[in-house]
Amino acid sequence: MSDLAIELRGIDKSFGLVHANKDINLQVRKGTIHGIIGENGAGKSTLMSILYGFYQADRGEIVVDGKAVVIKDPNAAIASGIGMVHQHFMLVENFTVLENIMLGAEDSQVLNTSISKARVELKRLEKEYALEVDPDALIEELPVGLQQRVEILKALYRKADILILDEPTGVLTPAEADHLFRILGQLKDQGKTIILITHKLREIMAITDEVSVMRRGEMVATRTTKETSVEELAELMVGRRVLLRVEKGEANPGAVKLSVKNLTVRDGRGVTMVDNVSFDLKAGEIVGIAGVAGNGQSELLEAISGIRRAVSGSVVLNGSTVDVTGHVDPGALRSQGLGHVPEDRHHVGLVLKFDESENAILGYQRDKRYLNGPFLNMEAIRAEAEEKIQKYDIRPPNAKLKTANFSGGNQQKIVLAREMERGPDVLIIGQPTRGVDVGAIEFIHKRIIEMRDRGMAVLLVSVELDEIRALSDRILVMFAGRVVGERGTDATEGELGLLMAGVEGPKEAAE
Amino acid sequence: MDFFQTIIALLESTIRLSVPLIFAALAGLYTERAGVFDIGLEGKMLGAAFAAGAVAAVTGSVFIGLLAAILISVLLSLVHGYASITQRGSQIVSGVAINFIVFGSTVILGEAWFRQGGRTPALSGDARFQTWDLPFADAVKDVPFIGPIYANLLSGHFLLTYLAFALVPISWWVLYRTRFGLRLRAVGENPGAVDTAGISVIWLRYRAVICCGILCGFAGAYLSLAMNAGFVKGMTAGKGYIALAALIFAKWRPVNIMLACLLFGFLDALAIRLQGNPLPLIGQVPVQLMQALPYILTVILLAGFIGKAIPPKAGGIPYVKER
Repeated sequence: MSDLAIELRGIDKSFGLVHANKDINLQVRKGTIHGIIGENGAGKSTLMSILYGFYQADRGEIVVDGKAVVIKDPNAAIASGIGMVHQHFMLVENFTVLENIMLGAEDSQVLNTSISKARVELKRLEKEYALEVDPDALIEELPVGLQQRVEILKALYRKADILILDEPTGVLTPAEADHLFRILGQLKDQGKTIILITHKLREIMAITDEVSVMRRGEMVATRTTKETSVEELAELMVGRRVLLRVEKGEANPGAVKLSVKNLTVRDGRGVTMVDNVSFDLKAGEIVGIAGVAGNGQSELLEAISGIRRAVSGSVVLNGSTVDVTGHVDPGALRSQGLGHVPEDRHHVGLVLKFDESENAILGYQRDKRYLNGPFLNMEAIRAEAEEKIQKYDIRPPNAKLKTANFSGGNQQKIVLAREMERGPDVLIIGQPTRGVDVGAIEFIHKRIIEMRDRGMAVLLVSVELDEIRALSDRILVMFAGRVVGERGTDATEGELGLLMAGVEGPKEAAE
Repeated sequence: MDFFQTIIALLESTIRLSVPLIFAALAGLYTERAGVFDIGLEGKMLGAAFAAGAVAAVTGSVFIGLLAAILISVLLSLVHGYASITQRGSQIVSGVAINFIVFGSTVILGEAWFRQGGRTPALSGDARFQTWDLPFADAVKDVPFIGPIYANLLSGHFLLTYLAFALVPISWWVLYRTRFGLRLRAVGENPGAVDTAGISVIWLRYRAVICCGILCGFAGAYLSLAMNAGFVKGMTAGKGYIALAALIFAKWRPVNIMLACLLFGFLDALAIRLQGNPLPLIGQVPVQLMQALPYILTVILLAGFIGKAIPPKAGGIPYVKER
């Protein structure tokens, strides 16, 4: 018996010219939670996919529980006791929980007997690990947190002793993430080994026993979590010192640039998502909107930017009234001085199949600068794109590259460059650093502060409380569609957390 | 009584006309549920009909003809599978190509081999399917009401007709009550889930495509060996497309498929019966309008009367392992 659950020796993997994993060595001790951290594209997911048999390593050896094994497909991984919870859940949405758990592990050609056996076994697992879930519920009707639980149960059902979780908190609310960590702690106590892949430093510090850091395909360090710090890990990840705190001076608020009064917005099902929200946004200040995802922030942004029609209320942008309850042309808002960095850059902010230069002008393509009679002036467009690439350090610096081939952080920079460089009076930004790596976060935060100092009015929506606190001059907290409180820069995390949970909300709102 | 006889006759031809649709739509069910769209049902059916007609004419055996139909249809399915599963090509292009190739080559081969203008020789005797009478059909024929229904409507069909209707519950059972069916439906919704569960996506989709080939083989053989006595150029006449419409109309569910095919069969039967007969109140209706009726109805029904038909989520998309 070895006290190592997994040992990787000299794992090497290339995809064409990309050297994704370079001579990786890793030791994971039994019964521990081992974090693997690194920026997007550092090779974490590739390494884990090799361990799970999705890809074959070009070289190297995998030792599970003291025995060298060849993992040529997921079946072999499952047989070695390795289970994986993927970043994008591998669930069939219109199947029941039970069917999903059974899939691939049915023990007979006809389902009847498999189903009853699976039901019994699932009950046992639910009890043993305190992971309750309705076996007959359809996956598509479950919240994301429970879907993830099904993924974990799937691995346990296959008798996994080693559980790999790939960016498990990316889709979870803070409360759901906390719950997940409790579950992982429990699994550890019962002797399971857990490998947690993430790029969030806080999670690593909160839950792991040991942490390995990857950078550009290499394993650069392994530390005992207790003996390291967020600063050291960030430096190891990026390869240079990183400022985790943003430095900013006092705000000098000027005239009101955006005034929202009694705005109410309903979603497609008629549920009120934004409930009578009012606030003013002044030139030269950053107002942050904090809140757990799904409390109306998205709908608020959509209504202000003219994407979604409001039920009632008014919005005054730059002195002129916007007909938010009628038909709004987002393009017209742009020409009135509104810049919008949407929350979902993949679906709203960018067309991933377009070239970088095309995305760099998207929404502004009717501007005379980019036109040559009825045609696009490709030279002008490309020249400007290249200028922005320089200024925003977008990598790789290639305006002709398809946008899908940029990393998340660089895609976000493309959107930011487009919206900021036009010098709007009001800039609204949703989730500026979602899926963005540490190095790029620093850059983006600096830029946002810079825009404020130039006199732009910035409305910032983020589910990352740290980000809200680091950037905002004033903080509004949204809960259940209403603004339940306003705080200054001195607000503590605990105070905001209570507001976000709606605990202090009703009292204050009644005032 | 005369009206009753007419109804019975109408329903009898409804059944006769819906059989190829049921085979073809069930064929489409297997592949589309596995995530491989198949616009080539028409071509496979036509190829099978030709193979059946040609081989039955040469060998004089209806069963060898049927086997040839299945063989050709499965081969065509494998071509579609190779293009769309292994090579990850466009499923629509591959399907359309199969339709064109089959339409042209059946005529050329038919003319080269039999010199009858693209037809195969007329079949008779053992080279053709015979109708089957159910037990006691003769005895109960004269019982009022029940008698004609049993003897004329339910009895006296081809073996393949009974098989088509039997395949409806069988397909339901296969899809919803077997391991193969569970995996097949899963691979049409989220092939990633199947792959990570350690099951081969490719092999699973090939098996689905082969099932489709077998069923299209039955459909084609029914056309040239049962409903007609030999192959005629282009004899599927769009039935493959109608079957596709029925599949969508039925929201990819076996029992609904049978009902949809019966409805389309009924419209077809109605069109044939009304040809040349004036309608009460309306008078003479052009033949072309009656023949177009099933297609018009398809458009209307698909356009709004059946609610949203949600296809299998991974349908039409070749599976590529995520990087």
